[in-house]
Amino acid sequence: MKISPQEVDYVAHLARLEITEGEKEKFTSQLNDILLYIDKLNELETQGVEPMSHAIAVTNAFREDRILDSIGTENSLANAPDRRGEFFRVPKVID
Amino acid sequence: MELSQLTIHELQKKIRNGSATAVQITESVFSRIDAVEERVHAYIRLLKEQAFASAQKADEDIKRGDIKLLTGIPVALKDIVCTKGILTTCGSHILHNFVPPYNATVVEKLKDAGAIFVGKANMDEFAMGSSTETSYFGPTFNPWDLERIPGGSSGGSAAAVAADECIASIGSDTGGSIRQPAALCGIVGLKPTYGRVSRFGLIAFASSLDQIGPFTKDVEDCAIMMNVLAGYDPRESTSVPENVPDYTQFAGRDIKGWKIGIPKEYFIDGIDAEVNNALKTAMQVIEQSGGQCVDISLPHTQYCVATYYIIAPAEASSNLARYDGVKYGFRAADVRELLEMYKTTRMQGFGAEVKRRIMIGTYALSAGYYDAYYKKASQVRSLIKRDFDEAFKICDVILTPTTPTPAFKIGEKTDDPLQMYLSDVFTISTNLAGIPGISVPCGFTSGGLPIGVQFLAGHFEEGKLIQVASAYEKNAKIEKRRPKL
Repeated sequence: MKISPQEVDYVAHLARLEITEGEKEKFTSQLNDILLYIDKLNELETQGVEPMSHAIAVTNAFREDRILDSIGTENSLANAPDRRGEFFRVPKVID
Repeated sequence: MELSQLTIHELQKKIRNGSATAVQITESVFSRIDAVEERVHAYIRLLKEQAFASAQKADEDIKRGDIKLLTGIPVALKDIVCTKGILTTCGSHILHNFVPPYNATVVEKLKDAGAIFVGKANMDEFAMGSSTETSYFGPTFNPWDLERIPGGSSGGSAAAVAADECIASIGSDTGGSIRQPAALCGIVGLKPTYGRVSRFGLIAFASSLDQIGPFTKDVEDCAIMMNVLAGYDPRESTSVPENVPDYTQFAGRDIKGWKIGIPKEYFIDGIDAEVNNALKTAMQVIEQSGGQCVDISLPHTQYCVATYYIIAPAEASSNLARYDGVKYGFRAADVRELLEMYKTTRMQGFGAEVKRRIMIGTYALSAGYYDAYYKKASQVRSLIKRDFDEAFKICDVILTPTTPTPAFKIGEKTDDPLQMYLSDVFTISTNLAGIPGISVPCGFTSGGLPIGVQFLAGHFEEGKLIQVASAYEKNAKIEKRRPKL
């Protein structure tokens, strides 16, 4: 077993996903299959190989510090599931 | 022939010589949609009213002689590109009510070029899938056989072009999501070099792999679309300030003296026999066109799928963390505290495939596993890119099958994610290496399903792809068929 049902629970928590018992069982088996397949990579010796994080050579992209138009408060809040005034409203974080 | 069946370049002529108006073309496309959309389900949302308003305006422009590259041409947009004031769902319940406050750069470019937007095309949820079956809004059906998948994730965009429900369309390609459905639907699809087309306003899946590109009915149209889409965008920091050539100049040029690399790792057991035969014929056509097929090796090919299924889910798990029910999209009802709101919103808002990938990615990035998975995969990615660097020292372009099999049946692979992932085996390497790739129709199976040939070139060599694809298209003389719908 590459990953246990307890680890699936823990990873779901890290990913902020609630999963049902049925999903837990299914994910455990499917993630095991996928991770076993991925073990193939260990056939390769990669010591000293530079990891590649971008497909093309990118350097920091700077632009002039100039104020441009922005979409504004009303547009930013237009899709809010819940709002009050100029704020996004969420359930209480602390008692 | 109906106007909806024509290509961009054919319609451009008709518009210029006055034998068709933008309104007539739009009417033709929408009457085709009325006739077949119920069976194909290429669209999540149609924009009929807006399309006719644009068409009327286009006709006024045409009367004034103000004709741009896509004036009067009906185009479909994958529902992953943001459209200002128009619902953009990414095929997901979690964005079912999301109305973007801005346009993606490609939407602005298409609009500025005079395109008429027909609708938002169906797709796998968050572009995660190879069949368009994971869409929250139900699957799209392959116009060539309605019991089969159109490919994915841009299956709606591909099916819409194949079924003449638009003239051209936009897709996005993270591991083959343009080229694979193009092959399975019998049309042309191009994934540009990473950085060639702006991703601003493209809903992110895996940011180091995602790229926007066109679906068209032929190679010349592909060149026209690339002329509109390509270019630097100051709002997108990975878009590249390189000169953009006129891609239409490459269509129609010959390929005499070109070396076409045939990678032995792409012609393996498990390829459908009819696909294999079609590819052998394609190689003969290339030789008859003056190209020379040379054997090459891309030794790390067998590691591409494993590498991809670490890197793409890792980036996705990070990108999709933003869907938390706070600022936009779906929020679960009846939740009393914040953590519960996040978890319940994401449980109810995401489908199974998206959750699975978030889980793989979160696991691969979690403490204790980062080096074993993400770092390892990023190192193998370097080796995969090196394979291509070496190959392009000895050949101009590479020829491969686009997919190992023709379109499979709906439901055939939904219970086995790994089998689904393996259907992208020939398209994934391109994204990992950041190079451009094009799929062009190369025949049909005895059962009448389309087959595609894929050409790959070095970074920013889309011109070469247009050239080889157009030479191939001209000399292959693939029988013109239309799906019987």
